[in-house]
Amino acid sequence: MAVLKDATAIVGIGQTPFAKRLPESERALACRAILAALDDAGIAPDEVDALASYTMEETDEVEVAKALGLGDLTFFSKVGYGGGGSCATVAHLAAAIATGQATVGVAWRSRKRGSGPRPWKNTAVQLPTPAQWTRPYGLLRPADEIAMLARRHMHEYGTTRDHLFNVALACRNRANQNPAAIMYERPLTREMYMNSRWISEPLCLFDNCLETDGALACVVVSAERARDCRRTPVYVHSAAQGLPAQHHGMVNYWNDDPLTGPAWTAARHLWKHADLTPDDIDVAQIYDAFTALIPLSLEGYGFCARGEGGAFTEGGALETGGRLPLNTSGGGLSEAYVHGFNLITEGVRQLRGTSTAQVPGAATCLVTAGEGVPTSALLLRN
Amino acid sequence: MLTPVVDDDGAPFWEYAARGELRIQACADCGELRFPPRPCCPHCRSFATEWRRVAGRGRVWSYVRPHPPLLPDYAEQAPYHVVLVELTDAPRIRLVGNLVSGPDARLDSVPAERIRIGARVQVVFTSTGLPQWVLERP
Repeated sequence: MAVLKDATAIVGIGQTPFAKRLPESERALACRAILAALDDAGIAPDEVDALASYTMEETDEVEVAKALGLGDLTFFSKVGYGGGGSCATVAHLAAAIATGQATVGVAWRSRKRGSGPRPWKNTAVQLPTPAQWTRPYGLLRPADEIAMLARRHMHEYGTTRDHLFNVALACRNRANQNPAAIMYERPLTREMYMNSRWISEPLCLFDNCLETDGALACVVVSAERARDCRRTPVYVHSAAQGLPAQHHGMVNYWNDDPLTGPAWTAARHLWKHADLTPDDIDVAQIYDAFTALIPLSLEGYGFCARGEGGAFTEGGALETGGRLPLNTSGGGLSEAYVHGFNLITEGVRQLRGTSTAQVPGAATCLVTAGEGVPTSALLLRN
Repeated sequence: MLTPVVDDDGAPFWEYAARGELRIQACADCGELRFPPRPCCPHCRSFATEWRRVAGRGRVWSYVRPHPPLLPDYAEQAPYHVVLVELTDAPRIRLVGNLVSGPDARLDSVPAERIRIGARVQVVFTSTGLPQWVLERP
C-alpha cells in the first residue's frame, strides 16, 4: 500500500447533463463524458492506455476505445456489485499506474435508468437463484432490502425518521446550490418529507435516490505526470475494496451481524494505509442510494461509534459548516443517481476548490461506494 | 406470484418445505448450521451435508411494508408485511417470509399494528410449499 499512497492523482473529470430522459444512447453519453474528462485534464485521447468501469456498464472497453480513438490499452478492469464498484474503478487504475502497467487511465459510468425500464416491472429479472430466499415473499427491490436493516437499526439504536430526513435535507440543500443537479431549485421541507408516500416502510419517497440518465468519467495519472497537467492534482491517498467474511450481498441477513456491512471491512484497510483519521476529513461523499445507508456508513467508516450514526446527523452535522459536510453536489439522493460516480467527481471539485457548495479550505475527502453490497472507498487529498 | 427458482444447493430446502418440514442445511462433520445452502462448510470445509429439522419457531428480527410500484401480483396485496424471522433453535439463521393470518392467507392479512420486532412466530406452509409465519398469540 505504501506503493499506492499519493502515487497517483485524478487530473480530469467530465460529465454529461443529468436528466430523467436524455435522447442519446449510453454509448454516446459514455464517449462524451470521457472526452470531457480528458479535455479537463489536457490529455489527448490517444494517450489513454487503461480503462476501468463497472460490470453493470453496458458500454464495453472495445466500444469506447474504438469510438474515441484511444491508444493501445495495456490495462482494463471491470468491478462488480453495482454501485459498490464506483471507487474501485479509480483504485484499479491507481494500482495499475503505480505498478507500471499503464500511464493514463480513464474510469467511467454511463447509465440510462431514468428512461430505462423499471426492473420491478419485469418478472424475469426478479428471478436469479439467490433471490429464491427473498423475492417470492415480495421483498422485491433494493429499497425493500435496505428498509429491513433500517428498521432494525431504528429498533436497536433509536434511529428516527428525523435522522433520515437530516440526510435527505443535507443532500437536497447542496443540490439546491448545484445547477447541474436534478433537484436544483427544488427545496425540501420536513413537512414534505414526513407527508410523502411510502416506498417501503420505514423508507419514504425522499429516502430513495433519483433514477437518472447521465454519464461521468475521470482521468488518473501518476503523481509525477499530474504536476504537468492543467488542473490541481487530487491525489489518491488510500483506496480499499471490502467484501466481509460470510457476506451475502444486499440481503446480508444471515451474517452474525447484519448491521456491520462491507463499509467496516473497507474502512479498516482504508485507514490502516492512510496518514489520516476520520477526524482529519474535511468533507465526505458517502454513497446514498438510500438515506439509511448514511448512518450505517458513518459508523462503518469510524466517524462515530456503532449505533450513533443516526444521532450523528443531528445539529446540522452534515450541512456546510457542520462536523462532516456530506454529498456536497447533492449526491445520489438529489444531484443524480449514476451508481455513485458523481460522488467521485464532486470529491475532486471540493479538493480543487471548485464545488458549488465549497467547503472552505477542504484538503481531504472520503468518497465511498455502495454500502450493503461488496464496496470500495477512496481517500482523496490535494 | 414469483415462485422460487431453485438451485442444486437450495433444492432440498424446498423439497422438505413441500412436505411441510422446515429443515436447515448442516455440516455432517462439524454440525454447524448454514444458510443459504452452499456446497461446502465454511467452518471445517467439509462437503458432507445433512438437513436438520428445526422447530419452526422464531422471533421477528425486523420487517418492512412494501408499497407500489411493485410487480402486479404484489401491488394488488400491498402494503403487506415481509418479516425476517430469527429461528429460536438456530439464532443466527434468519428466514425471510411473510407474516400472515394462516397458511394461504393474503400477504396483508395481519393488521399492521400487530407486528413488532421480537414478536414470537410459528411456521406454516402454503399449499405451494412456501414457508410462511403466523403469530404464536394471534
